[in-house]
Amino acid sequence: MAQPAEAIAVRGLRKEYGTPRGTVLALDDIDFTVGEGEFVAIVGPSGCGKSTLLKILAGLLPTTRGEVRLRNAPIDGPRRDIGVVFQSPVLFPWRTVLDNVLLPIDVQRLGREKNRSRALDLLALVGLSGFERRYPWELSGGMQQRVAITRSLIHNPAMLLMDEPFGALDAMTREGLNVELQRIWLAHRETVVFITHSIAEAVFLADRVLIMTPRPGRITEELPVPIPRPRPLDVMGAPEFGEIVRRIRAHFRSRGGIEG
Amino acid sequence: MNGLRNALLRALLLVASLAAWEGAVRALRVPAFILPRPTEIGAALYRGAVSGIYLQHLWVTGAETLLGFALGSLVAFVVGTGIAASRRTEYFLYPYIVMFQSMPKVALAPLVVVWFGLGLTSKVVSAALIAFFPLLVNTIAGLRSADEDRIDLMRSLDATELQIFRMLRLPSALPFIMAGLEVAMVFSLVGAIVAEFVGAEAGLGMLIQSRNFSMDVAGEFAVLFILALMGLLLNMALVFARRRVLFWDPSQKAESNAASLKGGL
Repeated sequence: MAQPAEAIAVRGLRKEYGTPRGTVLALDDIDFTVGEGEFVAIVGPSGCGKSTLLKILAGLLPTTRGEVRLRNAPIDGPRRDIGVVFQSPVLFPWRTVLDNVLLPIDVQRLGREKNRSRALDLLALVGLSGFERRYPWELSGGMQQRVAITRSLIHNPAMLLMDEPFGALDAMTREGLNVELQRIWLAHRETVVFITHSIAEAVFLADRVLIMTPRPGRITEELPVPIPRPRPLDVMGAPEFGEIVRRIRAHFRSRGGIEG
Repeated sequence: MNGLRNALLRALLLVASLAAWEGAVRALRVPAFILPRPTEIGAALYRGAVSGIYLQHLWVTGAETLLGFALGSLVAFVVGTGIAASRRTEYFLYPYIVMFQSMPKVALAPLVVVWFGLGLTSKVVSAALIAFFPLLVNTIAGLRSADEDRIDLMRSLDATELQIFRMLRLPSALPFIMAGLEVAMVFSLVGAIVAEFVGAEAGLGMLIQSRNFSMDVAGEFAVLFILALMGLLLNMALVFARRRVLFWDPSQKAESNAASLKGGL
């Protein structure tokens, strides 16, 4: 069977939370698809339900209505072909860098020995050769997040979910990692859903930007980013880049979303 | 060298306070059955060490303490894991455990001796009873301390509950468990000694009591000294183990989290 062109399909997704003061509508009417090998960024302000959406995509939360499919199979619980990168690196301090990267292999019993060299290759790709026997607390925040990215790739997932992975890092480290992530992605061409509240980051990284507005969380606009790759950091100063950023800002402003 | 100078000062302070003690007891003519002189205690220590009497009793109390520690810790770990794993278990068990903890467990020692006799068993049970609670509480708190994001990560990888326990919850609980073990060790020694007081054929606690009856206060002090040394050694062994096991825990560098839990009893 040929692989469907769309890797991820979200249809009529709705999510309600029960609270002591009644139900809260977190997400409503979410419809989008992500193509195989496409890099999609979802940008929105804090509290717009981005993280809830990501948890649903990761199979960690059930939907209230609607469905989510990955390569034509419904996501209705944790799956073995999804890689997740959280805002904090979420490394295990008692495991070495290499053992942290091999965590998905251990959990899914995919064979440590078979995957060792793959882990070392991936660590080399993110620039962490020679650090495999170190412990996470011996690394800087940016290096830790690179370990987390390596871990999310090790079991060759069909989809990579990234929840503001660079949100906790300083601006310079963040820019550096954006360039690195693009390089890694160009080497592997994973299907990526990248969640962020930074408009510039979304435009720099993504093939397509989905705009999410709060209360309830909805995707109210989508914009393609037809800027050729690899994109250097300087592209952020280019007029076409500025134009896309401006349009996204204008959209939020018209929605009373974020600052002008 | 500051370190060397401090060590010297420390030793000097010790010698000075022993000398002051010796001098004061001599000058005030305090009777030996109230407060013996350090030299008398030293002599008692020497006599007992030569005759082998201390070693013999030390061995008994040491075995009681360690076996009680092992038994109490094991049961506490198993029960604690059960409680941490299910709210249901907690709901049904916890009230009894809290009630049991509110009771001063040393008060149980006479009963324990009646039930388990004058030998080793009653001392082990008494030590285990007292060692049980600190580790129980720490096991529960520790197993529940696992970071939510890490649990999400494990779930997103389709890990089973058993895998989450083994790969995440248990290692996360280790700092708490090690702290609990340190307290449990100190408490075990207390439990063993108290049961020996109630009735025993051997052991350092029994030795203290028999010397007390015969007004051999210097000898009593000598045993106290040995007990302190023993407690110190047991604690050092655990501190050593903790440093090995928890090499990854940043709070270890800032010294034990057990400190706040000690005291009591």
